Amino acid sequence: MFDIERWQEIFDAIRKNKLRTILTGVSVASGIFILVVLLAFGQGMQNGIAKEFEADASNRIGVWTQVTTQEYMGLNPGRPIQLRNNNYQAINSKFGEDLENRSPFFRVRNVTVDYNTESGSYSVQGVSPLFQNIENQFISQGRYLNYGDEENVAKVVVISNKIKRELLKGEENPIGAFLKLSGINFQIIGVYGDKGGDREEDRLFIPISTAQRVFNGTDNLNMLFYTLKPSASLDETVAKSVKLTEDIKTYLKEAHMVAPTDPSAVNTFNTLEAVKRFQNLTGGIKFFFWFVGICTIVAGVVGVSNIMMIIVKERTREIGVRKALGARPRAIVGMILHEAIFVTSVAGLAGLIFSMGLLEFVGPNLQIDYVLNPSINFKVALSTVCLLIIAGALAGFFPAWRAATIRPIEALRDE
Amino acid sequence: MIEIKDLHKSYKMGSNSLHVLKGINFSVEDGELVAIMGSSGSGKSTLLNILGMLDVLDEGSYTLDGVPIKDLNETKAAQYRNKFLGFVFQSFNLINYKSAMENVALPLYYQKVGRKERQEKALKYLEQVGLREWADHLPSELSGGQKQRVAIARAMAAEPKVLLADEPTGALDSTTSYEVMDLIQKINDAGNTILIVTHEPDIADMCKRIVHLKDGVIVEDKKITQVRASQYV
Repeated sequence: MFDIERWQEIFDAIRKNKLRTILTGVSVASGIFILVVLLAFGQGMQNGIAKEFEADASNRIGVWTQVTTQEYMGLNPGRPIQLRNNNYQAINSKFGEDLENRSPFFRVRNVTVDYNTESGSYSVQGVSPLFQNIENQFISQGRYLNYGDEENVAKVVVISNKIKRELLKGEENPIGAFLKLSGINFQIIGVYGDKGGDREEDRLFIPISTAQRVFNGTDNLNMLFYTLKPSASLDETVAKSVKLTEDIKTYLKEAHMVAPTDPSAVNTFNTLEAVKRFQNLTGGIKFFFWFVGICTIVAGVVGVSNIMMIIVKERTREIGVRKALGARPRAIVGMILHEAIFVTSVAGLAGLIFSMGLLEFVGPNLQIDYVLNPSINFKVALSTVCLLIIAGALAGFFPAWRAATIRPIEALRDE
Repeated sequence: MIEIKDLHKSYKMGSNSLHVLKGINFSVEDGELVAIMGSSGSGKSTLLNILGMLDVLDEGSYTLDGVPIKDLNETKAAQYRNKFLGFVFQSFNLINYKSAMENVALPLYYQKVGRKERQEKALKYLEQVGLREWADHLPSELSGGQKQRVAIARAMAAEPKVLLADEPTGALDSTTSYEVMDLIQKINDAGNTILIVTHEPDIADMCKRIVHLKDGVIVEDKKITQVRASQYV
């Protein structure tokens, strides 16, 4: 129903009623703008929180020990519990089929590390090759530890990008260079990075066997790390992970003769539970933003409807005149709807384009904690614009139809 | 041209019914210039509104140019108004955001006349009412007399069978009134049928026939010798 005459008539009306057009347009455009920005922020928050959890594998289980607090089988409380290699091996053989990654962990804090004349103090950690997956580390240069290193008790070390920057200034390729850890030469085999950022990069990794031997650890371990094979659903994985954690605890308590009720001798953490909570949280956030968004749309619809009603009311007399001059009701309704739809469409799209543009330019540069790259599903935004247009048309239709069908004498009497 | 038989019209005012027109019999020939007079409340405007299909009758019959006007829906009424009638109102009723020319062209838009032709015709009629140079002005930039002349040009633009004017001089001073009446007389001289509602005797005297309404009935209907408005201009 492209009618050039009607278009000209409408452009005339729009051109000569700028204020009315601008007010309608601004209310539609700002409604869309607010909605898009709101939904984008919801998405940004979700992204931001997800990013926080990227630092480590999301299904990580850690085990460590402290002193006993309860008397048990004739043993006094206050007895320190020490994890050992045989505990690690026993857990592997008992629960191995549920485990995806595993690594023992032996830590020496504040080790003096020298490279030529540079010197620094870092944490040196003895781990197994799979520790890389547990910590979500990536390799920037060279390679990570392997089982050969572990078997040969090789004096090799994996350093971080941060340490490379701090100690090996200007060294393009540090692979093969030697570092002195507490005065002992270690050859650099790789450089790692951690998604968790700089605070996770203050560590050097050496094979567990080397660490125990060089730093007089005998067969002591500080911690055990595991990740779980994922099951079909998150709930299932969480349940399995909770059970495994309990099983490991029970085994360790038995092995070290700790009271089963002792609350702090054997400790574990389980990030999967946190992940579950996080998912509930982001679900909640998403729901909240949708709720606010829908309220915004409702407010927008009401606003547009209101404006349409006022416009029709304001034009009642004009409608009377037009009818006296021979305008049919259909022509009147058509004229008002045509104008309403045209103005809301243009304004809605303008609001959409403006807000999307803003997100495009500002979004990636946004430096706020827990908000990352706010963005919005284009389809959602577009359907919101359509919804507003339909609402505006409907809201304009009923008063327009009424104005078009009442007798012109009544419309003309309207002041 | 116009044939009215036993016309009744009443308005509901709350619980009361106000009987405004109580059996009007009335006819107008082609080319007449008729003044409908009466004090306020006599029903003269109601009669004009019914003649103009702006309002509907309760009882009786109305024939316009041989077409019985009854059971009109708004679409049909709009068609008839567009085809048969031109209106001139006391308060001009120009569309305030359209220029004089666009106002005059508006009835042609509803006759589906093309834009170019509309503008040409509109200018032609503006020329006839002496406002060609004012074609691009908005109503707010025109004087009362000029507005009414634009309104008359608009009414004429559709080339109606009958021109209906409701107190066309009611909002104008006497000099301007006579100018407008002069214009109306000239249009009538060209053969157009015109009905004017007025309560001013001097305006009525410029018509060819006076119909007096009182309390909803015609009390007097006489042909008179026309006073030419041009002698006052």
